[in-house]
Amino acid sequence: MKTLVCIKQVPGTSEVKLDENGNLIRSGIDSKMNPYDLYAIESALKIKEQMGGEISVMTMGPPQAKEVIREAYMMGLDKGFLLTDRRFAGADVLATSYTLSQGAYQAGDFDLILCGKQTTDGDTAQVGPEMAEYLGIPHVANVKAIVEVKEKSIVLEVEMPTTIQTVEVTFPCLITVEKGIYQPRLPSYRLKKKTKYQEIIELTLDNFKDKNEKRYGLSGSPTQVEEIFPPDQNTTSERWEGEHLGTRLYDQLIDLKFIYKNK
Amino acid sequence: MARIVVNQKNIQDIDKAIKICPFGAIEWNEKKLEVEITDACKMCMICVNKGPEDAFVLEEDEVFIDKSLWKGVSVYVDHDNGVIHPVTYELIGKAKELASKINHPVYAVFIGSDIEKQAEEILHYGVDEVFVYDDEAFKDFKIEPYTAAFSDFIDKVSPSTVLVGATPLGRSLAPRVAARFKTGLTADCTILDMKENTDLVQIRPAFGGNIMAQISTPKSRPQFATVRYKIMNAPDRTDEPAGKITVCESPKNLFSAITVLSSKEKEVEEDIADAEVIVVAGRAIKKEEDLEMIELLAKELGGKVAVTRPLIEAGWGDPKTQIGLSGRTVRPKLIITCGVSGSVQFKAGMTNSDYIFAINKDPKAAIFQVAHYAIVGDVYDVIPELLAKIKQSEEVKA
Repeated sequence: MKTLVCIKQVPGTSEVKLDENGNLIRSGIDSKMNPYDLYAIESALKIKEQMGGEISVMTMGPPQAKEVIREAYMMGLDKGFLLTDRRFAGADVLATSYTLSQGAYQAGDFDLILCGKQTTDGDTAQVGPEMAEYLGIPHVANVKAIVEVKEKSIVLEVEMPTTIQTVEVTFPCLITVEKGIYQPRLPSYRLKKKTKYQEIIELTLDNFKDKNEKRYGLSGSPTQVEEIFPPDQNTTSERWEGEHLGTRLYDQLIDLKFIYKNK
Repeated sequence: MARIVVNQKNIQDIDKAIKICPFGAIEWNEKKLEVEITDACKMCMICVNKGPEDAFVLEEDEVFIDKSLWKGVSVYVDHDNGVIHPVTYELIGKAKELASKINHPVYAVFIGSDIEKQAEEILHYGVDEVFVYDDEAFKDFKIEPYTAAFSDFIDKVSPSTVLVGATPLGRSLAPRVAARFKTGLTADCTILDMKENTDLVQIRPAFGGNIMAQISTPKSRPQFATVRYKIMNAPDRTDEPAGKITVCESPKNLFSAITVLSSKEKEVEEDIADAEVIVVAGRAIKKEEDLEMIELLAKELGGKVAVTRPLIEAGWGDPKTQIGLSGRTVRPKLIITCGVSGSVQFKAGMTNSDYIFAINKDPKAAIFQVAHYAIVGDVYDVIPELLAKIKQSEEVKA
């Protein structure tokens, strides 16, 4: 069984703020592995314990993103790929997904690709499904539990808007797993020592099949950020006294859509 | 389509230029002796907008797309086994508003099995045309057949904008279809607007949520956006249906590698940390039986009950539902505190909630300092009156 886990290095804190001039205040340049990806890694390890095989791990980012691959090695993953190239910079969801799919083609033929539900910086939960589309394989998002792994398929519990589906999907496929699917293990000191000098394979645009620069990075991104600004704060501060406070509360809850008229 | 070009001669203070980037993506290249942008760039445009004059310039290739060939604001009808998710109506409401600004029609695309009747329901919300893909193959949600039908709709209709609810289903389907058309998708938009040139203005929290970004998809169509439930306003249901239903032929290949084995109703989870709505019972609750009205209110609002420490000590609540420094920290959309005095420890556990309603008969209660709505009154008056109003409106509907 050949498995690939896609991970991302994200800022260490989500507390990014704007100053009064509209500049982003950088609160340290700490970074860490996207916490949702730990669940994808743990899921891959659980599957390997049962089925054997090899788990590859891939990330896209600047050279320091190697740190998260090292961390994945410390958790027990086998082979790491870093997709790094200045021409990948400024990628939106589409360009990122395309780059990852090109990387996955180079990294090998995989039965199963695992992604975390979303990242803590982009928060879109879209890269997994878009990558699956580019690879031409089915995907199942919002996986809550892995019920059974078979020779040619996997049985999953999937979160839907109002129900939980149990589905069976044949390999190859891509799944995105929910937080809490398994308790992720901690990086091991033994593996840290053992994998200290383990190779991380770097791939650039020149290694890809599609070398057309226009499909990567900022050039390959159909969405553009026009501007950024601080969010509206809820600065309401009302004081209600007197009669019929329950009715007033009811009307306000309707206005704010907490009581739903089309329920 | 675009890149940021560095005009070296316009950078006077190199260190200052490097510091502009909050992501550390501007670096000094020792070999070339020039400032360059690395692959850590997040395309936030701060260097372009806030950097030295003409030092960082956005350069775009001219890509021509005839936007007039793409017409209509479309809404994907989100449903689970034929039960329409209310986010659909909210998106239709928004679509009408957006479409009216550019004089475009409003479409809905409905993919499912045995959905004829439900499709007629959509006509009560003011769409011009509902495109229906009704086929046994769409009985359960499976990504490949749904993507095939959705793509068929886009090929046929060429909508300018496509709105999808950010439900677990929509968040799986929308990116798949957007990638098929190699176009932009902006997730979880909180504000949408329409420019005269039919570009959709998409505003969403970015970089972790404390900052909003305005995003556009200027050079490709259709432009996809997802929106969460309870962000937009649903229009009122009209008595008379309007618009028409167009039944579309299903695409030929509806194969799926996915087999749905079973489906069950979701269980209600008990963790208050994830709850969007929380009703808190405090010290003013005199008897354990009186918690019933708090539970009833939480149920009506689709939320959870939480308690303060005095109630835990009285043995009236599960310690897992305690809010505060010694309990859970919560950040729901709505929190209603009922007879909670508002200790420092309690406030620290809930002060980031989006809407805080505090009911307390003591006009000087500390909880009012953090409340958006300070309701000076007795919980034993306010809550029963509120519950009566809710019950009354449900009877009218029934």
